Amino acid sequence: MANETFSERAAEIANEARELANEVASLAVEAGRLSAESAATGGTSSLVIGLTVFVLAVFVGYHVVWRVTPALHSPLMAVTNAISSVIIVGALIAAGPADFGFSEVMGFLAVVLASVNIFGGFIVTQRMLSMFKKKK
Amino acid sequence: MNADLAALLYLVASVCFVMALRGLSHPTTSRTGNLYGMVGMTIAIITTLAMPGVVSYALIIVGMLIGGAIGTVIALRIQMTALPQLVAAFHSLVGLAAVFVAAAAFYKPQAYGIGVPGDISIASLIEMSLGVAIGAITFTGSVVAFAKLQGLVSGKPLVFPLQHPLNAALGILLVVLIVALCLGQSGLVFWLIVLIALVLGFLLILPIGGADMPVVVSMLNSYSGWAACGIGFTLQNNLLIITGALVGSSGAILSYIMCKGMNRSIINVILGGFGGETAGPAAGGDEDRTVKSGSADDAAFLMKNAGKVIIVPGYGMAVAQAQHALREMADFLKKEGVDVRYAIHPVAGRMPGHMNVLLAEANVPYDEVFEMDEINRDFNGTDVAFVIGANDITNPAAKTDPASPIYGMPILDVENSGTVLFVKRSMASGYAGVQNELFFRDNTMMLFDDAKKMCEHIVKALEAS
Repeated sequence: MANETFSERAAEIANEARELANEVASLAVEAGRLSAESAATGGTSSLVIGLTVFVLAVFVGYHVVWRVTPALHSPLMAVTNAISSVIIVGALIAAGPADFGFSEVMGFLAVVLASVNIFGGFIVTQRMLSMFKKKK
Repeated sequence: MNADLAALLYLVASVCFVMALRGLSHPTTSRTGNLYGMVGMTIAIITTLAMPGVVSYALIIVGMLIGGAIGTVIALRIQMTALPQLVAAFHSLVGLAAVFVAAAAFYKPQAYGIGVPGDISIASLIEMSLGVAIGAITFTGSVVAFAKLQGLVSGKPLVFPLQHPLNAALGILLVVLIVALCLGQSGLVFWLIVLIALVLGFLLILPIGGADMPVVVSMLNSYSGWAACGIGFTLQNNLLIITGALVGSSGAILSYIMCKGMNRSIINVILGGFGGETAGPAAGGDEDRTVKSGSADDAAFLMKNAGKVIIVPGYGMAVAQAQHALREMADFLKKEGVDVRYAIHPVAGRMPGHMNVLLAEANVPYDEVFEMDEINRDFNGTDVAFVIGANDITNPAAKTDPASPIYGMPILDVENSGTVLFVKRSMASGYAGVQNELFFRDNTMMLFDDAKKMCEHIVKALEAS
């Protein structure tokens, strides 16, 4: 009799402990995310940091691209197309994990597409640029 | 590899990309620039591969080999006249890759440290849905642009009733779905966003006509950059944000230059349907007017005895693949002591800089090729303007006739030269559907033939004399 109540109570406590553990785990995930965000950026949110980088990069792009000679506008399109395939960075991270699921398949496909673009874009740019010659 | 080192290497890669664009300020520095671009991409890829979460190298290498092989073969085989459709096809791949990466991030956010499935932060969800929507629009938009440039779909503007209200409704629906995604984090809503954006990309580009393609291709170039940017925000990756912003602004500037070259607003181009309804009145009453048409011999005689000749190439030259024959003709004239130069209108061809690449392919030195602003005054002292496969960009109606659909468009002032030679297959009007007043002038001679054949005939005539 005493044994039974004892084991019942033990089971109850175990259940409670599990629930608590789950709660702690989810809190830890949340805390980890928040601390990663604030530690990496000294309190500023990653969105604001990203926006800062973005706005400055748009300005750099604006000034660099206006200096491109109109004769080279086609190579400009081809090369910007090649470098926009830097999205492969995201694809590699998606395809990277050891297990193989939906996200990895998506990552793999993106790696293939971006690679077509990287190789194709840079090579066709090189082909174009090698044709531009000065008067002999 | 630790995160700080990776971020620094990404910074190096970003600088390389800026240098790649900077190199294009002059042909002599451009090849080094392209090299910078390749170095930057290599750094970016190796850095990512060295990250702790990336372990399945076999899979990745297989993927890169497949993609790399396809890309290399296409890039080596493609004809330079097919460049616009190639670029459009490549844009579509970036768009699709953005969709895939966003989907991967949505279903496995922990790989990027932006939460767990079903509990992704709101900011990441907004960025992700913007990235995926722009990516999907870029994808289908570029596919349509490719089909039009390749001639699989008619290049004519396809306008359908209720087109604008429909697009606007889809746009609003997209915004509603993004809000729903943030509130519910549902996979179904994510795929609905993809679907609606795919449809929208298709509908946006379909009504736009062939000669507006320089704007469309530039615009899609820009979109592919913004898509990369959106993914960069989602993954909190500065390299993607910087590169996306560079590409996005580059495409936007090109679109602006192209629009200015046609004196049209970007809105006007996107809304589409140019030319169709204005064709009637402009062409009326012209049938009984006579034009002077000449032969290759006449043209050869005129140009051989000229002091200065300016060649004005247009899309017709690209279609006929006439650039090599044209250069041969120019070489003959130069041997005879004629000063030969080329004048390029900003919107000649089907993509920005299209004519320059074709002339370079035919071994025309780039210092003989001039932009509109550099050469336009010189038509005054020029004996012969040789217009090959171009029409609207020389039409004086753009300056004199406020009722003309091309009124206000900057043109090459070929009318100011002594004689104007037009190489055309027929009297058909140009893309804008406007009759060119120049055809009927006394100092104009029409050379009716395929551009390539006409150049070859002129070369023969020059040889014979």
